[in-house]
Amino acid sequence: MSSEWPLWEVFIRGQHGLNHRHVGSLHAPDAEMAINNARDVYTRRNEGVSIWVVRSSDITASSPSDKGPLFEPSNSKVYRHPTFFDIPDEVGHM
Amino acid sequence: MYAQMVKTDAARVKSLDDMAPEERAFQERIDAGQKIEPKEWMPEGYRKTLVRQISQHAHSEIVGQLPEGNWITRAPTLERKAILLAKVQDEAGHGLYLYCAAETLGISRDEMYEQLHSGKAKYSSIFNYPTLSWADIGAIGWLVDGAAIMNQVPLQRCSYGPYARAMVRICKEESFHQRQGFDILAKMVKGTPAQRAMVQDALDRWWWPSLMMFGPSDDASIHSAQSMVWKIKQNSNDELRQKFVDQTVPQAEYLGLTVPDPDLKWNEKKGGYDFGEPDWKEFFEVIAGNGLCNAERLGARRKAWDDGAWFRDGLTVHAEKASARRAAKTAAAE
Ligand SMILES: [Fe+2]
Ligand SMILES: [Fe+2]
Ligand SMILES: [Fe+2]
Repeated sequence: MSSEWPLWEVFIRGQHGLNHRHVGSLHAPDAEMAINNARDVYTRRNEGVSIWVVRSSDITASSPSDKGPLFEPSNSKVYRHPTFFDIPDEVGHM
Repeated sequence: MYAQMVKTDAARVKSLDDMAPEERAFQERIDAGQKIEPKEWMPEGYRKTLVRQISQHAHSEIVGQLPEGNWITRAPTLERKAILLAKVQDEAGHGLYLYCAAETLGISRDEMYEQLHSGKAKYSSIFNYPTLSWADIGAIGWLVDGAAIMNQVPLQRCSYGPYARAMVRICKEESFHQRQGFDILAKMVKGTPAQRAMVQDALDRWWWPSLMMFGPSDDASIHSAQSMVWKIKQNSNDELRQKFVDQTVPQAEYLGLTVPDPDLKWNEKKGGYDFGEPDWKEFFEVIAGNGLCNAERLGARRKAWDDGAWFRDGLTVHAEKASARRAAKTAAAE
């Protein structure tokens, strides 16, 4: 036997009020052990208040070669940014 | 360093004009300071070199626990024991961050362990020296972690994203390692003459192996030149060694110790120390597996891996059974 334990991606909420952030990955036989291991590997100095783990194989990622076509449409829509519009000074803060 | 003399497969460093369009675009991104991320196109040589370097670095962190682990049960006070445990636990963490970074390049964890255990992969020469007294634990933190910091700080800017990010985490933890070592020695030199002699003896034994950590001069090395173009190496071995000596000698003086190098002399003109050449014959012997502790270190790693097999397997079976039970329960509820 001796097959490799699956890989898990680890996400940690650093402080209350912040999003979970990807910090790295680790191997563990199941989710419970993944959380235990993540505690030891990624939060030895109080780095977190909450941990998420998810199997790496369950993550679907955009492909690097799609970078252009995938993100191009938002580049061309400059009017989505408030700085696109000229607001006269007299109007005040908006 | 923690990764010494990493080969690149390069016969010469190509110019941009010699490169195929894909490789040229890749090199231009690196030149522009962009990070390369997993799954993006990269030259096979870049990938292989990184796998070698990161896995060697990881192996060093893991094997590096052994010389210090030797003193956990013999630490002089409960506080020192707790500190040393925390330090050694950090090194395990460093190994794990780095194994993960290497895995993003398509090598599996088991393959890397296999390479370490079979002797195919190297780890830093420094961990093949014995820890004979408690002062050695101080010397390791001060000198060995100190030398590692010299090398790891610039690696935070490495072109490969996962490696650079692992280095950021590691560097945050290293200064604790160096300080706890220095603190051990600072305490001992204020002790009895016998304790001061232990500290001097530790420096005498660890000084030269620490300078060897940076590896032989690589100014003429094609591999180093290629690694620098790829930004997986930022400084030459001699540069980092000089920095280390310049930083460490005043600290040795503060401790009232004598650096065991008759050629050590302040050079006003270059604003740094002149110093002697390490015994590179010894270095190559250690790298070749003939150091004082090579067999012991590898033996300990292999034993830990083999003795842990039943436990790893047990947890795997437990996870499979639990998951089957959950599936049956869900099916029954539907
Ligand atoms: Fe480390
Ligand atoms: Fe270390
Ligand atoms: Fe360290």
